[in-house]
Amino acid sequence: MRLSDSLRYARDAASGTPLRTGLLMLSMAIGVAAVVVLTALGDGARRYVVGEFSAIGSNLVIVLPGRSETRGFNPANLITSTPRDLTVEDAAALLRIPGVEKVTPIVIGTTEINAGGKLRESMLVGTNADFIKVRHLKLALGRFLTRDDLGHGSAEVVLGALIREELFGTENPLGKTVRIGGRRLRVVGVLTEGGQGMGMTTDELLIIPVATAQAMFNTNTLFRILIEAHSREQIGDVKARVLKLITQRHEGEEDVTVITQDAVLQTFDKILSVLTLGVAGIAAVSLAVAGILVMNVMLVSVTQRTAEIGLLKALGATAATIRNTFLLEAGLLSLLGAFAGIALGHLGAAILRHFYPAFPAYPPNWAVLAGLGTALAAGLIFGVMPARRAARLDAVQALSRR
Amino acid sequence: MSLIELSGIERTFLLGDSEVHALRSINLSITPGEYVAVMGPSGSGKSTLLNLLGLLDRPDAGTYHLEDRDVTTLTPDEQARVRSERIGFVFQSFHLVPRLTAAANVELPLMLAGIVPAERTKRVSQALKDYGLTDRAHHRPEQLSGGQRQRVAIARATVMHPAVILADEPTGNLDRATGEDVVTLLEGLNAQGVTLIVVTHDQTLGARARRQLVMEDGAIARDSGKG
Ligand SMILES: Nc1ncnc2c1ncn2[C@@H]1O[C@H](COP(=O)(O)OP(=O)(O)O)[C@@H](O)[C@H]1O
Ligand SMILES: [Mg+2]
Repeated sequence: MRLSDSLRYARDAASGTPLRTGLLMLSMAIGVAAVVVLTALGDGARRYVVGEFSAIGSNLVIVLPGRSETRGFNPANLITSTPRDLTVEDAAALLRIPGVEKVTPIVIGTTEINAGGKLRESMLVGTNADFIKVRHLKLALGRFLTRDDLGHGSAEVVLGALIREELFGTENPLGKTVRIGGRRLRVVGVLTEGGQGMGMTTDELLIIPVATAQAMFNTNTLFRILIEAHSREQIGDVKARVLKLITQRHEGEEDVTVITQDAVLQTFDKILSVLTLGVAGIAAVSLAVAGILVMNVMLVSVTQRTAEIGLLKALGATAATIRNTFLLEAGLLSLLGAFAGIALGHLGAAILRHFYPAFPAYPPNWAVLAGLGTALAAGLIFGVMPARRAARLDAVQALSRR
Repeated sequence: MSLIELSGIERTFLLGDSEVHALRSINLSITPGEYVAVMGPSGSGKSTLLNLLGLLDRPDAGTYHLEDRDVTTLTPDEQARVRSERIGFVFQSFHLVPRLTAAANVELPLMLAGIVPAERTKRVSQALKDYGLTDRAHHRPEQLSGGQRQRVAIARATVMHPAVILADEPTGNLDRATGEDVVTLLEGLNAQGVTLIVVTHDQTLGARARRQLVMEDGAIARDSGKG
């Protein structure tokens, strides 16, 4: 029998029992749709997190005080074990390293802001003029902090969108004086709404010059130093040079940790990729269940078509022909069900994206292909047993069945 | 030369603990172009004999030569090929595939034999024309009368130009007049040289054959061909 004839015969046989065929295809479709939607969720989560991290800024190298224990043994630690703090001078020195584009020191603390009798607790960031570029933030009003190369610490503040709204409402806050931590500061700018990154929103942030913040908190240490490298390729070199320079400045003691955004990103990327794969695997189990249904449906089909099988044998069909016909039918239905499932899954992902526009729930191509392949494999594997049963039927007995 | 040569054929079935001797020491020779009626009471082994002749069943003992070839020793696939090319079946219950049209039912043996579609279409429309079914080509079995169904089945049995047609009570499900039409059709085929073996328990129909075999309890009780 020719392949095209076998296909046509299988198709006719399948469409002859629409309910059974429909149920079989539905079970396959649900399995494949589950793979597609769940991987869209998993991969969406990955993209979302990666996107969040990219939003912090690009080509970032971050210096943290304190040594990360993973970096091995350093004999210098035996002599002095108190880690030195990061200072504004450290930050200034980093600017001279080749490949470094911008350096922003960061001081963080919580404080109170008082404007026109309204009081509010808020997170405060002390930094420099480059912060807005390094962190890719945008201004809604006014300007950002001025350059303060001498470190005098002018009395100015940039407000987060929510702070401005709560303290000033629709009033223009520019030029107004506010009291922060007992000091009088002038509002020079307001950030746009919805600034994200580093796990917090900038809407509830106060940004003031680093020197002012250090005076306010009576400290000379830094919380972090953010460094922007010239290019992505230079990140590795910059990281090594930063570590070397700080170690030098700290009398040979490697008491800081330098991380790159790349490394953090890759870790998250890896974790969430594995998660997606796991979720896909679980969804694929539903395809195995669908495969068992294929087996049952095909067994019923063999039973109902016993007389037909006997007839085909009488007309000269070999056992292989009959086996292939049934196998083809199982494969065909599984495949069609899988295609329907892909469409269903894409629809589900689109609905997800509609209701959560920030969440990029796109199914990855590999998952779509894997869903298709698994469905076909399940259909064929579970179709073998019924097909063989059909091929083995005794012709005379099959013909005597009505 | 004989078309069919059976010698010492035995066939027993196990029914629970008891053995049923459906065929016992059958010796039979049929020459090409013969018209044989197989008669006898129900359960005498007529269908078993026909199934054996059609290679749907294997004997427990004895040999079967079809066109001088020992077909009892063939592999299942070789037997399928012989069924496809040399044997046409006509059944009491027609055995048409319900979801297929008359034309598609007639086309089945051609399709199974792997004949190219263009040739198939030609042969199917010729066969439908021969049996007066051209205007019924696209009807499904349920839309056809009993006589028309059996004519479709006969068209299907002859479309591969077999050497022998085996018909097991082909008129069993038809009224007398329609049954006679069907037998007339089969006799027409026989007139063209096709060997015809018909199982029937209708005495008048059996009498129309040139040779009568009467079976009793698995054995051939009378064979008019042996004189
Ligand atoms: N598959 C089978 N299993 C057991 N007994 C069978 C089987 N087929 C036929 N027989 C028995 O063999 C005998 C002959 O049957 P059959 O050839 O169908 O008779 P007929 O066609 O002459 O009515 C009967 O007794 C029947 O019960
Ligand atoms: Mg019978």
